Amino acid sequence: MMNSQLPTPNSQNGRSLLATACTVVFAVCAVGLTTAQQPAPAAQPQIRTAKQMPFPQKPDWAKLEVETLPVQGKVYLIAGAGGNITVQIGDGGVLLVDTGFEQMSGKVVAAIRKLAPDRTLRTIINTTLADAHTGANAMLIKEGRLNQAGPGLGQRPNEADLIGHAGLLALMTKIGRAKIIVERWPPSTYSGKSKDLYSNDEPVVILHVPNAVTSGDSLVWFRGSDVVATGEIFNQASFPYIDVEHGGTINGVIEGLNMVLEITVPKHNQEGGTMVIPGYGRIGDEHDVLEYRDMVTIIRDRVQAAIDKKMTLAQVKGMKPSPTYEFEPRFNRDPNWTAEMFVETIYRNLSTRK
Amino acid sequence: MSTARRATLILPLLLTGLLYSVPASAQVDFTGVWNGNTNAEDGPERAAGPSLVEFMGLPINDQARQWGLAYRPGRLSLTEHQCQVHVVHYIHRGPFSARIWEERDPVTHQLIAIHEAIGTYEQERTIWMDGRPHPSPNAAHTWMGFSTGVWNGNMLTITTTHIKQGWYRRENIPSSDESTSIEHWIRNGNVWTHISVTEDANYLTEPLIKSEDFTLNANPNSFNPFWPCEYVDEGERARGEVPHYLPGQNIWMAEYAATHNLPQEATLGGPEQMYPEYRDRLKKLPVAVFVDPNAEPAAPAAPAGRGQGPAAPAGGRGGAPAGGRGAGAGAGGRQ
Repeated sequence: MMNSQLPTPNSQNGRSLLATACTVVFAVCAVGLTTAQQPAPAAQPQIRTAKQMPFPQKPDWAKLEVETLPVQGKVYLIAGAGGNITVQIGDGGVLLVDTGFEQMSGKVVAAIRKLAPDRTLRTIINTTLADAHTGANAMLIKEGRLNQAGPGLGQRPNEADLIGHAGLLALMTKIGRAKIIVERWPPSTYSGKSKDLYSNDEPVVILHVPNAVTSGDSLVWFRGSDVVATGEIFNQASFPYIDVEHGGTINGVIEGLNMVLEITVPKHNQEGGTMVIPGYGRIGDEHDVLEYRDMVTIIRDRVQAAIDKKMTLAQVKGMKPSPTYEFEPRFNRDPNWTAEMFVETIYRNLSTRK
Repeated sequence: MSTARRATLILPLLLTGLLYSVPASAQVDFTGVWNGNTNAEDGPERAAGPSLVEFMGLPINDQARQWGLAYRPGRLSLTEHQCQVHVVHYIHRGPFSARIWEERDPVTHQLIAIHEAIGTYEQERTIWMDGRPHPSPNAAHTWMGFSTGVWNGNMLTITTTHIKQGWYRRENIPSSDESTSIEHWIRNGNVWTHISVTEDANYLTEPLIKSEDFTLNANPNSFNPFWPCEYVDEGERARGEVPHYLPGQNIWMAEYAATHNLPQEATLGGPEQMYPEYRDRLKKLPVAVFVDPNAEPAAPAAPAGRGQGPAAPAGGRGGAPAGGRGAGAGAGGRQ
């Protein structure tokens, strides 16, 4: 009988069997732990922080895509159409800051329609002159419609309102319609320090930045959503462009960055709070602008010190280390706007300053 | 019931239990409050902080070195800089304590995320364990970045992207906002070993590898989450002023090297210092010489009988040149 073969409770065999059972269990435990500690490595995806890159020099327009990201409140970012495009959406319709390159206008319109399928594009604000920011003005205003035509706005009621600083209109006029079609010119201008709007239940303040990238630059501050669109004075992919031919100055750029620092309020320990949409590249906050302002100021100070020592441009270009040296790995990425071009522009700009 | 019968019942139960207790992707629970060890090799970074031009042991490139040489501590006195946080690959070397807990799906109980609240600067980070992708390159960066984790057996491996610009060495050597941090967390009883491997093509020539040990605090209520920071006005500055040293004009460059009888080169960092062969080179280099910019010129010999010797050097660092080393509170007390 089976039972007769079982050991008695106190038998040596019984203890032996129990010990064997425990040994097996502990052995399996040990094997299990060993296995747990030394398994085949899990698949390790090579995830790395992406480099911020400028817009391609020779873009293949057909292959380029835009990306839409929520920023904060009612504000979104459309990236990849040239300069960044800021989108504010609400019951009142859609407000854009900048329009990107003309060639990308179809994709931008599609992105807006996807974001706000039933809303009308009401207002476009331009931050600066470059094609990357104003190139699609003419296409996009036709996608929109003013909700009312009052004094000064009655000329194009079947289009979105297009706003820019008077200096921007002056630049476009000076450049001429042969190069910039009239439909890209902002018919709605302001000439003082700022212009106030109320759009989608929040104040929108347009602030003029005198003689920064050009003489017609603006910041756009969404006071309810707590977002600032800076235009080209803040660029995550390169040193700030300065269009001296059209009134740009290094000190104007720095002043613009200081204006942004005055507007922005971090939420907690210098992070978040007011979010910042740069002219190019990723979304930032005050601290990103701060490091950028510090960099541009330090470079300016170095060139100014060289000028004070009566150094020639050739000598400044030959400086070791160069005035931009430690910032070059991060920001000397645009072949159309190299560190050397930036330094030369600052030198000429500061040398001719009255 | 006989022992044998009990054994025949217990054995399958134990084996069954064992199968459940050792999942295929083994996991360790890091839950608890952990404290840093301020007396370890990284003690200086946890407390007083490094000296100026103390870049030793960092695999930095020449651009990072220049960034450090141009750095003037008064920069941290600017209001916007006063509350800036140590980034994720540096903060574990601060005066650190952390509370870690798990977030699990309420139905399946599978691990969704591991949360790490860090006392320093009131930071909280989430390590996503559910396989979600990292954000777009156009998304904002934060001090703690965006982290995802996978298990390598009992070791947790974390990849963090989207980190803000910060430090590799406090107030000296920058980390760019394009760095990536890979952490390995290992638990041995009540000791958590934290290893970080940071890559940064902008400022590092090879990965920066660091390790720290933390000890489990038996009291789960011991974690102090409060680190309030409110900026204050620290002296008057012109609008937009950014303190920095012009190239070649850092008056404190040799101070640390000379104080410790080191060659200047040894304090400037670089990948060659990662390897033992550098010790041979170190022996052949001259020790740095530092001239204290605060030292007053030697006074003329005192008239006989008045009992005064030559003028003593100015006392330490307190009287730094305007805007110089001592300018700007916050630098010295920063942790």
